[in-house]
Amino acid sequence: MKTRIRIQPEEFDMNAEIAALTESGDAGAVASFTGHVRKEGDLSTLTLEHYPHMTEAEIERLVRQAGSRWPLTGVTVIHRIGSLPPGARIVLVAVASEHRQAAFQACEFLMDFLKTHAPFWKEEDRGGKKHWVEHHAGDDDAARRWKK
Amino acid sequence: MTLLYFAWLRQKIGKSMEEITPPPGIATVKDLIAHLQTLSPAHAEAFADHSRIRAAVNQHHAGLDAKIAAGDEIAFFPPVTGG
Repeated sequence: MKTRIRIQPEEFDMNAEIAALTESGDAGAVASFTGHVRKEGDLSTLTLEHYPHMTEAEIERLVRQAGSRWPLTGVTVIHRIGSLPPGARIVLVAVASEHRQAAFQACEFLMDFLKTHAPFWKEEDRGGKKHWVEHHAGDDDAARRWKK
Repeated sequence: MTLLYFAWLRQKIGKSMEEITPPPGIATVKDLIAHLQTLSPAHAEAFADHSRIRAAVNQHHAGLDAKIAAGDEIAFFPPVTGG
């Protein structure tokens, strides 16, 4: 399984990322998810902070778990940091497999656990007033349903 | 022991990192939090509500009862909000 994990302020190129997962020809399916900054009220920017090294290590652990649960040929996770405007991409999870079921499920699994385990924090700026986004309890429920 | 703080914990404490040598008898994350609360009013405020704090020991998520030792890297932060 080819694993690529990147934490970066820069935008990423979806087409190039999907192409990198399929160039070897062993994947018949790629499922991908992108998360974006949602314009809520007067939100002007969302700033993302993370825990360097642990972030990469934690995502790698999650990818390994996904790889032991489903027959995957490749996984790419890119998470942006820094200040992002509404509409901007925050995260990409792209999962390649021989068949679609594994790709769909592993992609959702990875997003659910990334939400609850990867050490990122969002701070909202609303007209100059900043506040830290609260953790959403529904995310814990989403991750919990994979534990069986 | 290296301590790291993130998000509002970093802001309340006023630094992202500090090196400390805890007194003898500090064996768990919970013990360490109790000790940190005595360091300054800012620490006391940041650690006032345990339910809002998560920890990692050597870059692995850890519960309040996790064992800690000299030389560990211990991070404190609010529940994560990435993705």
